[in-house]
Amino acid sequence: MSDSETMAAAKSAAAGRETVSMTGAEMVVRALKDQGVTHIFGYPGGAVLPIYDALFADNGITHVLVRHEQGATHAAEGYARSTGKPGVVLVTSGPGATNAVTGLTDALMDSIPLVVLTGQVATHLIGTDAFQEADTVGITRACTKHNWLVKDANELSRVLHEAFQIATSGRPGPVVVDIPKDVQFKTGQYLTPDDVRHRTWRPKIEPEAASVARAVEMMATAKRPILYTGGGIINSGPKAAHALRELAALTGFPVTSTLMGLGAFPASSPQWLGMLGMHGTYEANNAMHDCDLMVCLGARFDDRCTGRIDAFSPGSKKIHLDIDASQINKVVRVDLGIVADAGITIAKMVELWKTKEKKADPAALKQWWAQIERWRAKRSLAYEASDALIKPQYAIDRLYALTRGRDVYITTEVGQHQMWAAQRFKFEEPNRWMTSGGLGTMGYGLPAAVGVQMAHPDALVIDIAGEASVQMTMQEMSTAMQYNLPIKIFILNNEYMGMVRQWQQLLHGGRYSHSYSEALPDFVKMAEAFGCLGLRATKPDELDDKIQQMIDSKKPVLFDCRVDPTENCYPMIPSGAAHNDMILSALSDASVSDEGKMLV
Amino acid sequence: MANERHTLTALVDNEAGVLARVVGLFSGRGYNIESLTVGEVDANAGTSRITIVTSGPPQVIEQIEAQLKRLVPVHAVTNWTFATDGIEREMALVKAAGSDRAAAKAAAAKFGARILDDRGQATVFELTDAPTRISSFIEAMRPLGLIDVSRTGVAAISRDTA
Repeated sequence: MSDSETMAAAKSAAAGRETVSMTGAEMVVRALKDQGVTHIFGYPGGAVLPIYDALFADNGITHVLVRHEQGATHAAEGYARSTGKPGVVLVTSGPGATNAVTGLTDALMDSIPLVVLTGQVATHLIGTDAFQEADTVGITRACTKHNWLVKDANELSRVLHEAFQIATSGRPGPVVVDIPKDVQFKTGQYLTPDDVRHRTWRPKIEPEAASVARAVEMMATAKRPILYTGGGIINSGPKAAHALRELAALTGFPVTSTLMGLGAFPASSPQWLGMLGMHGTYEANNAMHDCDLMVCLGARFDDRCTGRIDAFSPGSKKIHLDIDASQINKVVRVDLGIVADAGITIAKMVELWKTKEKKADPAALKQWWAQIERWRAKRSLAYEASDALIKPQYAIDRLYALTRGRDVYITTEVGQHQMWAAQRFKFEEPNRWMTSGGLGTMGYGLPAAVGVQMAHPDALVIDIAGEASVQMTMQEMSTAMQYNLPIKIFILNNEYMGMVRQWQQLLHGGRYSHSYSEALPDFVKMAEAFGCLGLRATKPDELDDKIQQMIDSKKPVLFDCRVDPTENCYPMIPSGAAHNDMILSALSDASVSDEGKMLV
Repeated sequence: MANERHTLTALVDNEAGVLARVVGLFSGRGYNIESLTVGEVDANAGTSRITIVTSGPPQVIEQIEAQLKRLVPVHAVTNWTFATDGIEREMALVKAAGSDRAAAKAAAAKFGARILDDRGQATVFELTDAPTRISSFIEAMRPLGLIDVSRTGVAAISRDTA
């Protein structure tokens, strides 16, 4: 035994536990099982062959072979987002790891728990520019919550269990464990999850009672309140969404949400104002601007949500609940910051509201709602209908209508179609909406749908896509075929990178520089080449039948929905403008300041 | 808002990459580092202390502290301004080779600098003091044949029990 082996064995023996020794590769499989992992998404290569060998011998974990490592990370994100469990990825060294970087960054931005295992060249080759060597912990340091290079087989099981703890506790996020090939072969002592507790990592999840009391007091005296909710509610789990519904019912306050938070509050509720932000509703943004109390629950004042910061909700007191202390006062100074878990804290607010028999000011609230109804009457999501062309908004509305009564999960790519989906597809429950918010990763939706369908084999999983985005990860259709995953890729095909075209129209004098795809594939034939079903709709009157065919098919479907190529996504807060300075439709004036043009 | 100068000390696990994490945080988020020092403080516990002198508006300083605390191997972060709460010291090695060696030595004596080496063409002085005093010493040596300076950066500790 080496020194470290002896030490690990002695430690376990001292704790009265039997020590189990096995190879590093076997430890990986054992640790995944002990962590309750049932699915992993991966791609083999030289530096992970021992782990793949251990997987081959063991049938307890379903491995999903993707076609590109980026696909593995997004599939794992979709899996995680739709189940509340961490997504697990296994890729090789070098290009395997670098291809995973986009998904890691995406998961970091959107707080998705991922455990990504990367192979590494043998320890004695590290630093020699060996074949398929990359400094994986160096490259992924900035796009993970934490990462490790494990050079000793006796450290491996501890690190793997810590990796799961860190990915899933506090603010969730991605972690990387980089495992050199010789460590996978070497024998070491295995520790179970119960044996491992990180030395110092203890995220704070309980709120201070005084903060909860102050928040409740502020809510009870507010005249024009709003609940501004985000992805933190989803991450906290179904109990948080339940608590939010209770809080809204008790207080009668209006509720809006960020892109990431959709589904935490039911869109069918009369208290729901729709999404806020750059493409949010008129009523949500104006209510944010004019409120006297903003209760931010698990959101982070992202620039897409706030618009111009110095004109952001100027007259309000602000409460900010976030599990990550660094989010408080990062962008917007708040009057009360609460660092804690959203579910626990909202439940405590509800409890205190009840026991103190609080009541919101009924006269003031009535007036506030009357104002909100006047904003709502603007019908900011309305669009001009057409008999000749399929309007993208119409396509989403029909997709929504025809999928009622089913167990539906929606993923998206990034761009106009994403915003139309967010505006129009009404979510009643959390974990049903998977989209790339913070990073804005085109190509997210298709592999994410693969991950969602793996977790929910009987559900109807639809990727609302754009024809540009979907081409970035198109190859995962092949994965869907291999695993009989009947995902539906519903492409709003306008032949443009639609959001780029829209910005070029509004900000760059209609100079459509490189935003038109001149040589698109025939998506129907492409679907057939993969063995999927290809469908195309070009006229509004054929849309319903084709959507029904898509839903009824047991196969993966690629749906080429040809939509009006020049439709813009409204309403819109132009860059550098405030919440109460929205463009409502194509008919309004679009004036963007020079300062605004500088912003993305 | 006016910039404030702050010292942040972080007690960290002495593990591979911890310094890169801290430095990467500063470069990645565009914060200033005026000086950074690191050294092991407890070999048994495997902990090191990183002392960072930074400046920025109060909101930025608050963010830096919060972002540091978010790093997994960071146990604790202390943030203070020297004026009220802390003691800071820096060491400098200063080399001079002027025509008037006696004058240089006399100036050094006034600052309390030690002579480390005087055998060759140059004289090497050592001074441990507050950073502003070290800067004054370097300025004083400039007309006296200053040819090289090496500064350690600041090591700091708070006055209180915390």
